[in-house]
Amino acid sequence: MGKKSISLMKLIKRDKYLLIMFAPVFVYYVIFMYIPMPGVLIAFKNFTPGHGIFGGDWVGLQWFAQFVHSIYFWRLLRNTFLLAFLPLLFGFGIPILFAVCIVEIKNQVFKRFAQTITYLPHFISTVVVAGMLINFLSPADGIVNTLLARFGMEKVNFMMEAGWFRTIFTSSEIWQSFGFSSIIYIAAIMSIDPEMYDSGKIDGVSKFQELWHLTLPSIKPTIVILLLLSLGGIMSVGFEKVYLLYNGATYETADVLSTYVYRMGIEGQNYGFATAVGLFNSIITFVLVFTVNRITRRMTNMSLW
Amino acid sequence: MKKSMLDSPHRPYVNINSNTFTTRKSLSDRTFYGLIYLMTIVAIIVTLYPFLYVLSISFSSVEAIDQQKVILFPVGFTLSGYKMVLQYQELWVSFYNTLWYTVVGTVLNILFTCLAAFPLSRPRFFLRRKLNFFIAFTMYFSGGLIPVYMLITSLGLYNTRWAMVLPVLVITFNVMICRSAFEGIPNEIFESANIDGANDITMLFKLAIPIIKPTLAVLTLYYAVYHWNNFFSALLYLGKQDLQPLQMFLRRVLIMASPEVMQKMGGSMSTSALAVSTLQVRYVSIVVSILPIVTIYPFIQRYFVKGITLGAVKG
Repeated sequence: MGKKSISLMKLIKRDKYLLIMFAPVFVYYVIFMYIPMPGVLIAFKNFTPGHGIFGGDWVGLQWFAQFVHSIYFWRLLRNTFLLAFLPLLFGFGIPILFAVCIVEIKNQVFKRFAQTITYLPHFISTVVVAGMLINFLSPADGIVNTLLARFGMEKVNFMMEAGWFRTIFTSSEIWQSFGFSSIIYIAAIMSIDPEMYDSGKIDGVSKFQELWHLTLPSIKPTIVILLLLSLGGIMSVGFEKVYLLYNGATYETADVLSTYVYRMGIEGQNYGFATAVGLFNSIITFVLVFTVNRITRRMTNMSLW
Repeated sequence: MKKSMLDSPHRPYVNINSNTFTTRKSLSDRTFYGLIYLMTIVAIIVTLYPFLYVLSISFSSVEAIDQQKVILFPVGFTLSGYKMVLQYQELWVSFYNTLWYTVVGTVLNILFTCLAAFPLSRPRFFLRRKLNFFIAFTMYFSGGLIPVYMLITSLGLYNTRWAMVLPVLVITFNVMICRSAFEGIPNEIFESANIDGANDITMLFKLAIPIIKPTLAVLTLYYAVYHWNNFFSALLYLGKQDLQPLQMFLRRVLIMASPEVMQKMGGSMSTSALAVSTLQVRYVSIVVSILPIVTIYPFIQRYFVKGITLGAVKG
């Protein structure tokens, strides 16, 4: 034991500068990442702000039971799933198709222009995107309703109708992400061995055949990994966009777990209950990511972590 | 092609056949390229039109907007919307705040990311595996919204500028990217520096950081965009209006269309003129807020492909 502590001292002395370097990072992780972790315990407690997270009575699974039996349970689960699944269903193929377009464009100026324009929405804040949607779709002065009226159609109060929320959310998600998501596919296509294309040309293969039998099969691993990654995130739809776009009239199709946690916890001060709902969501997400990682490892011999 | 034409008198049928074959093939390929260009042009129009429309409204005269004449390009060019928005105090305060959060936040982010990544990249560091797990664990487990919120408030960070900066001092995924970049530096470089008597801190700042500059450029971009667009932290931790960033100001103008804000900007006007000018104020605010990103972004665009593929390197 004496020997071990001596060698440990030696190691500390040898790596002292690395330890000094990491020290502030360590402090950061302890305070902002690790200290809140036991906070999940309040999901099992009758929390009152005065007593801190270790005070208050244990209530077991009361908050979870209350949530599972609440009338909002299935609605929240369904909305959380659909608002991640619909953009995936309708939007997953678009970046692949667009990447093929970009790679095939011969005119370099046009190519650069197309890339610059379509990557841009990725860098626009959620507030601006939500703000543009609300203003474009406004029944009073929005361009969409102006055009509808001009073509003699009925005006629609899009943001106040629950039936429209999924369409608006899904299409804006796709609009904002398809260009930027194509980058990784462009990189994958560019890394295909050019000799494979040359031998195809000698055989007189058409561009359609080349796309179907050479390009797409070559980037299949990339496609599979990205598909699995997005499936892992299917129960963790972002808070901001839903929060900015929804309102009382559209909760039926718009309210998701994260917005519900925010309303119950931050606005309603219902800390124990909100933490329980948040923990429920984290557990589902964790199980999904874990499962997806196992499948990926089996399919591609590659681990996500 | 030329050769087959020379051959043609001898083998007319074969020649016709091969000709139809080549035209059919090139027809198919022409369709292919036609579709490629068509889809790209549709993608550009769909992406560009909302921005163009916002820009056009922001420059159009109030009468033209009122008569709903603006569909594509500005009608009756005017800068009055900009004059109204730019003299509005609250916009500048929130602009300054966002600038502060972005600059201070990004500088600290890059510093802490390097401080975290460098020790984790040194093969001989005796705590390397343990500390790697220590930070990676936080990617899969966190206290969640409410416990973090309670921590920030109990630390007294509520309604201070630091609430926008300290809780996200590093993003663990970016530390992983930075670590991979440090690991990519050949070991001989460090060994020779070691012989010259340089310690790890000198090595990091004098040797390693300059070498991985391209990676750091990408990370700077990601961190800076995160801070510029950060809305959630402000929603949670900044109740005081004079600390709020641009995104909170935009939310009041665009989404809540706060009548009080509109009244202040519109000044004394008739109600119908006010209604139209508030519409213009909203669109001008969008232009003003995304202008910095749109102007800087084409210059850093070339780093993107690199940045995205960096993430694919072993995580």
